[in-house]
This record gives sequence, structure tokens and C-alpha cells, in this order.
Amino acid sequence: MATSVYKTGTYNRISRQIADHAASVLAVLSTVIVVAPLVAIFAYLIYKGASSLNVAFFTQVPRPVGEAGGGMANAIAGSGLLLLIGSVLGVPIGIGGGIFLAEFGRGTRLANAVRFTADVLNGVPSIVMGIAVYSLIVLPQKHFSAFSGGIALGIMMIPTITRTTEEMLLMVPNSIREAALGLGLPNWRSVLSITLRTASPGVITGCMLAFARVAGETAPLLFTAFGNQFWSANLDQPIAALPLQIFVYAISPYDEWHRLAWAGALVLIVLIVISVALVRFVTSRGVLKGTS
Amino acid sequence: MPGGPPPLSEGSAIRKFLKSRGSSARTDRVFGGVMLVCAMAIFGIVGLILFELIMRSRLSIAKFGISFFFTQAWDPVTGAFGALPFIYGTLVSSFLGLLIAVPLAIGVAIFLTEMCPQFLRGPLAFLTELLAAIPSVVYGLWAVFVLVPILRTDVNPLLARVFGWTGFFGGPNYGIGMLAAGVILAIMILPVISSLTREVMISVPHSQREAVLALGATRWEMIRMGVLRNARIGIVGSIILGLGRALGETMAVTMVIGNRPEIARSLFAPGYSMASVIANEFSEASDDLYLSALVEIGLALFLVTIVVNALARVLVWAVTRGAPARVA
Repeated sequence: MATSVYKTGTYNRISRQIADHAASVLAVLSTVIVVAPLVAIFAYLIYKGASSLNVAFFTQVPRPVGEAGGGMANAIAGSGLLLLIGSVLGVPIGIGGGIFLAEFGRGTRLANAVRFTADVLNGVPSIVMGIAVYSLIVLPQKHFSAFSGGIALGIMMIPTITRTTEEMLLMVPNSIREAALGLGLPNWRSVLSITLRTASPGVITGCMLAFARVAGETAPLLFTAFGNQFWSANLDQPIAALPLQIFVYAISPYDEWHRLAWAGALVLIVLIVISVALVRFVTSRGVLKGTS
Repeated sequence: MPGGPPPLSEGSAIRKFLKSRGSSARTDRVFGGVMLVCAMAIFGIVGLILFELIMRSRLSIAKFGISFFFTQAWDPVTGAFGALPFIYGTLVSSFLGLLIAVPLAIGVAIFLTEMCPQFLRGPLAFLTELLAAIPSVVYGLWAVFVLVPILRTDVNPLLARVFGWTGFFGGPNYGIGMLAAGVILAIMILPVISSLTREVMISVPHSQREAVLALGATRWEMIRMGVLRNARIGIVGSIILGLGRALGETMAVTMVIGNRPEIARSLFAPGYSMASVIANEFSEASDDLYLSALVEIGLALFLVTIVVNALARVLVWAVTRGAPARVA
């Protein structure tokens, strides 16, 4: 309580100092406790995953139960294909929404509502997205497909991309917009070639963040892309995906499959960490810092 | 509703003239329209999800009504469905996760904003960010093979010995169960809570800290009275946001919660959560009523997380209003 500040006396001072030190120790301790599982997860992942990584992992499809060897090549390719479909859907719509918020709707009630909805949509569980896409596409079609999985991922990318695009566009100074207009550019051209271009490092960052986030999504793929043990490039058929395969292997009772799950997790983590690190590198290099 | 950035107002007369002149006015209108459609897509998605969920769960809503949420039966063979065990599992595991995560997250935020040496700040913030980037399924994998054995052999026996008399830590010790789900949830929501708490604490003005220090307060008193008290609404907001994340978390929880639709007092006992029952049973739901019951659980999850997230956003926004925009 605030009154304690005004008390005097040695006992009071010592007890306050003890509280101060105790709080510092607790704060440091909690940081250590938080960092520990992260280090543990990474260390264990590298320990288990690296020993199982080999050429076969990247070149072969899964073998039937009981046979040693095999890999997740089809899952890696499938994940790539799903993310491609997701990006084709999510990136343009997301960026368009961000442009609207920053350039056209700025300060209006509509823009505030869109922004708020995007933030809330960001927190909706991915499994709910999965159900919605399932009942929208899979049920009418009567079969699982890569296409539906890609759409689920794309929908999940939109709110993240919209929000980061907006924030990045807001950092572009108004004088640049006015200069472009003053030179006689039409507004649409000014938005696309000048404003968006100035903010492009940040916008790309947002896209990569969204990409990294959905790359590890499993829940919405369970009943859209569904998984596949073989090569498939048919968008109308079930397709394998890395997170999905990790899940299936992890809950299986076979050691060989556990081994593959660890290797898959390591590959997935490395891909995601690289993109997160790239994002941080781009944002900390200050391409945008000078402009705000 | 959160207020956005200020409108593009400077020199608006010139701007308006520049924008309205010439032959490109129509293209501009079309372009603006397309961008508007993109923004509206976000409303569209929410509306579509809601519509699909309601349409597909009609059967179950009509058959069970409100009692669906208060019935414990879950028997696809006889067609008896009640969501109570899943609601119980979701709530208990989430609150367990919060109970573990909140003190730690606030501790980390205090350390990072108030006492961390400059050179550690960047790497530590990066580490917690990485924690947020690890996919749920990898957490699950780690939990199944590392966390659960640790709980089974070391932590659970200890808890049973010390707190066994409460009844929360008794019964058979499988390792998997409500407690394991709570612990993995705590690890997963920690970065969300700590990074937002940090943001809220940073936005407390420096004069507050200086004023309290000038009165002769120790550093802890300064943090408690000058920072935490000012930031409390935002901190509550970030905790609620973490709760929202925990409620909808699927894969990691599915892998360790045990997947048994029962309500047991002991935290060692296997349970089931709303998200994990959907993940496990959705693609094998054979008849319409079964599917419809699962979708109704999804609908409930959707509505709850929307409310929770909206509430959290409003609270966080109320505090960080003046803070500058930042990436993610």
C-alpha cells in the first residue's frame, strides 16, 4: 500500500529491502523457468531429430508399418502445395484489406469495425476454421481435398496480413503520398507503386509471419486435407502435410514412426525459425524505422 | 470499439482536388471498391463460419436444446450426446494453464522491462517470440515423450504425497491427463501473456516511475505502485487473451489430455476438451446427429472465444492506445 512509503525506522527499511530483493529474485527465477522449457524443447528436438534425418527422409514416401526407413517427402511437398494455395488466397485479400484500412477507411467507423473483427478473428481456434471449411467444401464435395485444406490455411492468414499491412502503411509519411499525387499519378497508382512499395519490407514481413503461423497448423487440416501416404499432386484429392504427418506418427505406437515424427518436427521448426529470424532481421534493419 | 489512427486529413483540399481530377477518377473508384471488398472479406469470413456452424448443428440444437451443455452422456451408439465433460475439461485445463502461466509471465515481463540488462533484452524477447512460433503439434510431440514421463515419475508422486489429501492429486497416475494438459497449455500461452504484458508495461509513462522513486520507494515498490497498478487493466486483458488461446488449443492438448469423456476430481485423471473431441471424432462421425453434436461443440467454442477475445482486445486497447504501432 502507498502508505508504507512514508514509514520510517530500521525494521521497516530492512523489510522493504527484503521484499525488493525477493521480487527481483522471483522475476529472474520466472525468466529462467520460462526459458528452460524452450531450451529443453529445442535441445531435445535437435538431439532426437538430427539423428533421424537422412537423405531418405527428404526423398522417400512413408513405408508401411513394420518396414524400416522411409521418409516424409510427400508431406513436405504437400505442405508446400497447401501453403501455396493458402498464400494465393490469403495474401492478396489480406493486403487489400490492409490497404483499405490505411488508405481509404482511415479513421472511419467501418475501418475500426474491420480492424476489431480482424483482431478477434485472429484468436478464433483453428479447429473451428477447419469445421467451417469442412462443412462448406468437403461435405458438398463428399471427399477431402488439398484444395479445401489450402482454403482453410488461406482464411487463417487474412487477418494477420491485414493488420500488419495496415500498420506498415501507416508508417509511410503523408508527404510521400502527396508528392506522388502532385506529380500527377492517379490515386490507385500512387497507393500501389509508391505507398505500398515504400512499406513493402514490412508488408512482406507480415506475410511471412502469417505464413510461419499457418505452416505449423494441424487442426484445420485434420478434416480438410486429411493426409495421404503417397505422392499426390491432385488438388481434388487428400494430400499429405508435414504437421499432420507428425501428429499421426506421434500418436502411433511404433518406434520407427516416432523417429520420423521427431525428424519432421525438426524440419518444421527449422523452417519456421528461419522465417521468424528473417522477419526480425528485416524489421530491425530499420528499412521502415527512418520513415516513421 | 477501438479507435484507429487519425484520418488522412492534412491538406485535404489539395488532396481532394488531386484525387478527383482527370480521367483516372473512375479507375480510382474501382480500385477503392476492390480494396473495400477485401476488407469486407473479414466480416464475410466471420459470417460464413457462423452460418455454417449454425446450419450444421441444427439437428443437435433441435434435439437436445440447452440441456446439451449440462448433460454428461456421450454415447454415439445410442445417440446420447452431452457436452458437459468437454466443457469441464476445457475449463479446468485452461484455468490450470493460466494458474501456472500468469505469475511466470508477469515475472518475465517485469524482468524484461524493469531490470534486464540491455544486452539480454533482445535475445530474451526473441526467445519468447520463438516459443510462440513453435507449432502446437511439436509441443504435443515434446509433451508426449518428455513432459509426460517427467510428470509420471517425478512430479505426480510428489504432488500426491504432499497434496494427496485434497483429492485433486490422487488416483491412478498415468502421466497423461488434466495436469499434463494444463502444464503444456501454460508453456504455450506464456509468450502471448508475457509479450502483451510487456507492451502494456512499456506504455506506462516514465514520469510515473520517477515520481514513485522520488518518494523514496524501492525498485519493487516502484514496480508495484508505479507500473503494475497503472497497467493492471492491460495485464488483465492480456491474461484474457491467453485464456482465449488456451480454450481453443487443439493438437497439444489432444495428445496429452487422455481423451476420456469423464468428469473426475483428480487432476491426474484423463479428461477431454472441446477442441480435442472435435479433432478426434469429427472425421469419423458416422451419422448426422453425431456430426451435428460435434459441430454444436465447435459453435460453442467459436462463440466463447469470440467473446473472450473481444473483451481482451478492448482491455488491451484501452491501455496501449497511445503506444506506437509495431510488427506483430
